[in-house]
Amino acid sequence: MEKVKQRGLSILFQVGGIVLALLFITLILVMIDTNPLDVFRLIWIGATGSMTRMTNVLVVWAPLVLVTCGLLITFTTGLWNIGIEGQITLGAIFTTGTMRLFLDTAVSPAIVIILSILIGMVGGAIWAALSGILKTYGGVNEIFGGLGLNFIATALNIGLIFGAWSRPGIASMSGTEPFPEDYWLPSLPSFNLSWYSIVLAVISLIVIFFLLQGTHLGLRLKAIGKGIKSAYRLGIPTRKYMMLSFIICGLFAGLAGALQVVAVYHRLIPSISSGYGYTGLMIAMLINYQALWVAPIALFFAALNISGIQLPIVLKLDSSLTGVLQGSLVLFVLLMQGVKEQVLGKK
Amino acid sequence: MNIGFNQINKYFGDVHANDDITLFIQGGLIYGILGENGAGKSTLMKILSGFIQPDSGEILLDGKAVSIETPADAIKYGIGMLHQDPLDFPPMQVIENFILGQEGSLLLSYKETIKEFEELQKQFGFSLDPKAYVDSLTVGERQQLEILRLLWLGARVLILDEPTTGISAQQKAKLFAALKFLANEGKTIIFVSHKLEDVEDLCDKVAILRKGKLVGDVEPPYDTDHLVEMMFGKQIKVGTPETAAKVQISFKLNDYIVEKHPLRIGPVDFELRKGEVVGLAGMEGSGQDLLLRACVGLLRPVAGRVIVNDMDLTNKTYLEFMKNGVCYLPASRLEEGLVPGLTLTEHFTITEDRKKKLFIDKEYFQKKTKNKIDEYRIIGQPETLVESLSGGNQQRATLALLKESLSVILLEHPTRGLDMESAIYMWEKLKERCRQGASIFFISADLDEILQYSDRILVFFSGQVSSPLDASKTSLEQLGQLIGGKGWDGMDNTKVKYGKS
Amino acid sequence: MSGEIILLGLAGIIEAGAPIIIAAIGETLSERAGVINLSLNGLIILSGMMGFWAALETNSIVLGFLAGMLVGAIVAAIVAFSSITLKQSQVAVGFILAITCTDLAYFLGNPIMGSQAPIMYATPIPLLSGIPIIGPLFFKHSIMTYISIIMIFISWFWISKTRPGLILRGIGEQPAAAFVRGANVKGLRYFYTILGGALVGLAGPLYTLSVKAGWKGTITGLDGIGWIVLAITIFGGWNPIRVAFGAYLFAFLQWLGLILQSTLTFIPSQVLQVAPFPLMILALLFVNLGDTEWVERILATLPDKLRIKILKIIRATQSRPPAALGTPFERE
Repeated sequence: MEKVKQRGLSILFQVGGIVLALLFITLILVMIDTNPLDVFRLIWIGATGSMTRMTNVLVVWAPLVLVTCGLLITFTTGLWNIGIEGQITLGAIFTTGTMRLFLDTAVSPAIVIILSILIGMVGGAIWAALSGILKTYGGVNEIFGGLGLNFIATALNIGLIFGAWSRPGIASMSGTEPFPEDYWLPSLPSFNLSWYSIVLAVISLIVIFFLLQGTHLGLRLKAIGKGIKSAYRLGIPTRKYMMLSFIICGLFAGLAGALQVVAVYHRLIPSISSGYGYTGLMIAMLINYQALWVAPIALFFAALNISGIQLPIVLKLDSSLTGVLQGSLVLFVLLMQGVKEQVLGKK
Repeated sequence: MNIGFNQINKYFGDVHANDDITLFIQGGLIYGILGENGAGKSTLMKILSGFIQPDSGEILLDGKAVSIETPADAIKYGIGMLHQDPLDFPPMQVIENFILGQEGSLLLSYKETIKEFEELQKQFGFSLDPKAYVDSLTVGERQQLEILRLLWLGARVLILDEPTTGISAQQKAKLFAALKFLANEGKTIIFVSHKLEDVEDLCDKVAILRKGKLVGDVEPPYDTDHLVEMMFGKQIKVGTPETAAKVQISFKLNDYIVEKHPLRIGPVDFELRKGEVVGLAGMEGSGQDLLLRACVGLLRPVAGRVIVNDMDLTNKTYLEFMKNGVCYLPASRLEEGLVPGLTLTEHFTITEDRKKKLFIDKEYFQKKTKNKIDEYRIIGQPETLVESLSGGNQQRATLALLKESLSVILLEHPTRGLDMESAIYMWEKLKERCRQGASIFFISADLDEILQYSDRILVFFSGQVSSPLDASKTSLEQLGQLIGGKGWDGMDNTKVKYGKS
Repeated sequence: MSGEIILLGLAGIIEAGAPIIIAAIGETLSERAGVINLSLNGLIILSGMMGFWAALETNSIVLGFLAGMLVGAIVAAIVAFSSITLKQSQVAVGFILAITCTDLAYFLGNPIMGSQAPIMYATPIPLLSGIPIIGPLFFKHSIMTYISIIMIFISWFWISKTRPGLILRGIGEQPAAAFVRGANVKGLRYFYTILGGALVGLAGPLYTLSVKAGWKGTITGLDGIGWIVLAITIFGGWNPIRVAFGAYLFAFLQWLGLILQSTLTFIPSQVLQVAPFPLMILALLFVNLGDTEWVERILATLPDKLRIKILKIIRATQSRPPAALGTPFERE
């Protein structure tokens, strides 16, 4: 009975957080003389209004799920892998590089795509490993090491787009020369969505769920996250596991970056990571690091991303409003979590 | 000033830390509060000094009810408290520590304050360097600083919580002299301790607490047996050291030197025999904790070798030491001992080497944990989170987590914060390990514990390490002198080479 | 390069360093009290936009700065409330705010993109600005630049020489000890976090009204500054003087990037523009190395004299955070 009551209260506070976030957005919209109902309606229609939009939501959903899955691993280990953005970017760069290498060879496109994705994953892992090395052997907090590596990744990406891999004739913000259609990950006819991405995302979800719930590796990572000194004294090689944790996360991030190239943009563009890394961090915080919730919340965030596109077109509002909505949701839910702990005493 | 506690109650979660305590303390006396760890002494004193609030009850000063909501209020009433763990600022200077909290002008006037500080400390025969950094002081010196600071702020009531833990015999004598001097001046001294002889030596009157309740108060002459009975509610028997032929060497230090600013420890030449217990005595910060860490690879030596069962493990990591049957149990149980947020079962899972497939065999570990809980009489369930266990049970869990066959166990303050029963149980289990062939190396601030359980003793004084003393031929007096830096010349220390600090 | 260009460059560095110094000093005060305000990147962008907006509406630069400070104070108050009162992770809340404030700035600032707000011009100090070399270097700046320089010394003086400064150090170091000495730990943490946030909020308008005048949405060029400020706070060892050194170093690197752009044409200009960011963060590696196990391991093998010398250098360059940084305080 007590447990049921606790759970009920817990949900009440969560809903309270969501309501507060919506109120906050409403307040902002009223302040700038916009009808909030118009906006919320547009957000709904923007995500569900047509088949194209709905499939586009799934196009965003797949990489969001992948990065969030990776981040659950680092969060479990007690690591703030802010460098995830750079890891996605490197995944995309490595994938593009591999594709370019094989474009004019006799190797069949299917093999090239598979190989490129694998190399992209390695790229993400390498970049994550750098964060890990800075942390474990350089004493640099992973937040700052990761940020530094994000900056470098961005510079590298832009450097390639405008330099070595620039389009013949004019280098531009629109990215590198698109790949021929043979080298695209097959997608649904007349949509941009590839079933392969969805399948990969679902597999990742399952893998992460069981990794965290039932394996020795998952439990050991958790022990490190909860108390690194004690874990070391109990005989867990903490540094090795932290590196492993970074690398696993990097593999997922690299996969997300690879899919951005082979399934979505079919080329390298300046903002190839689309900020999914940061969105993934927000999702992980919102779901309190519970693997079960990744799929629905990522879907919701993806829907917001897609509907944001309609805002400037229809209402002349900047699309970053959906980002504000996502952020304030996470913020208020987290704050209400804190209020609950203060009111009920920590459980 | 007379102090009255009227029906004070305080809960921490389910624990009734102060159970309806009503007590009158007459001014101008040295008043002892005696009780074992966890009896509620500190809680009561923290309430008096404004650090925590009682759930009910009132405090009377000279018969008038007052409300003391913060330490600042307490000091306004003239009540100052020395906490058990020194509450000061280690990276700051003595004089900065002294000034912090004093009200006054915006700009700090060190010169004048230093003059006042010097004058004040002369009265007590203390000799602290006002420019020294607090992290270079011993616990005893930090206590002196705190006493001076409180008096300077006008304290008329001085509460001292376990002040004789970790200080030298010399410093203790100085402290007692100072307290007697203050009592003569009309100040009220409240002396909180679990050490019978200290209380008997010093106090004009003693109140005894047990399990949060006031058992009664006693005036001199004291009957030790009676005090013990009041403290524990029963007579306690303690184990005796065992002697057996111990010749095999399991752990060896060769000219081992460890450095950590500002200490240099060693060189130490030492052989630990199989089945032997060796105690490391010394005031806090004399280097014994650093040596212990260096013995398990948590700190690197700057010279010398460490050899475990004929294996040279110098400069190897702690994990290598573990593989070779060495284990270290630190003092801070929830920081370095157990992982808060993990259950007992999860602890037994992560420490298991065998049965490691990809997935966890939950049934197996559940059963294993149940067995261990029974074997070590831990009060808790397999799914209990370790942080919700009591201190004694946490320590039992730590023991239960040790590997089956160990050759050396190193412990830091193995019984700190434990009640008497748990402490005795702890040593029973450790002795059992010794009979199975393990050797023990341990640090304790409690000299009695060291004398009682050790076969041999190493004494530390600001980085110097004595040659091993035979515990059965060493007296408490002698040991107290040594940790205070006295009597080193007369010792048979042919093997000791002095290091510079 | 002629002397004049170098002089102009150096003066530019002092000008460009101003907002970074002000923000880093704000963060230093907050962290000295024990609270990390990780929201800086979003906070600077949002305060820059709001300050620009306020100045645009009121045609007053002063009101622009005040608006920025208000935004900073509000955001810092959220950080303070969630970490001091609600005891939530400072990193989590700070990060969420960093992202959300950025989006909010771009959203609210959309309509005023590219508008013309008043710009703060230099106010040369009479007489002093006439001195050769020193004049143009230090005395031909905007008022905020002078303030930034003065602030270095005031904050240093406050922290190390005054009674409240001593208490500030105390609450970040050992809050329980400060509490028994009568300090209102939670109240003071609120105060310094909000004050620090307000100072950071000054940096935003200083960019949009002076150093990088204008609001151009995502290409205003403020993204990343906040992270650098956080890195500089660590690099500076929570000491305003060292923090200022770090800020000028960063401004210098940025200037160097611009100079090199014209000579090293084979490197895309976008690369040189971001180069100072990772360099600053790599500087953290340098101040943290002494703490790592492998360095300790190598040091232990060196002969005594050499080791003591190296240890001295490490101790001088290392930056040690306030001991209670990031942890909430509760009186049991």
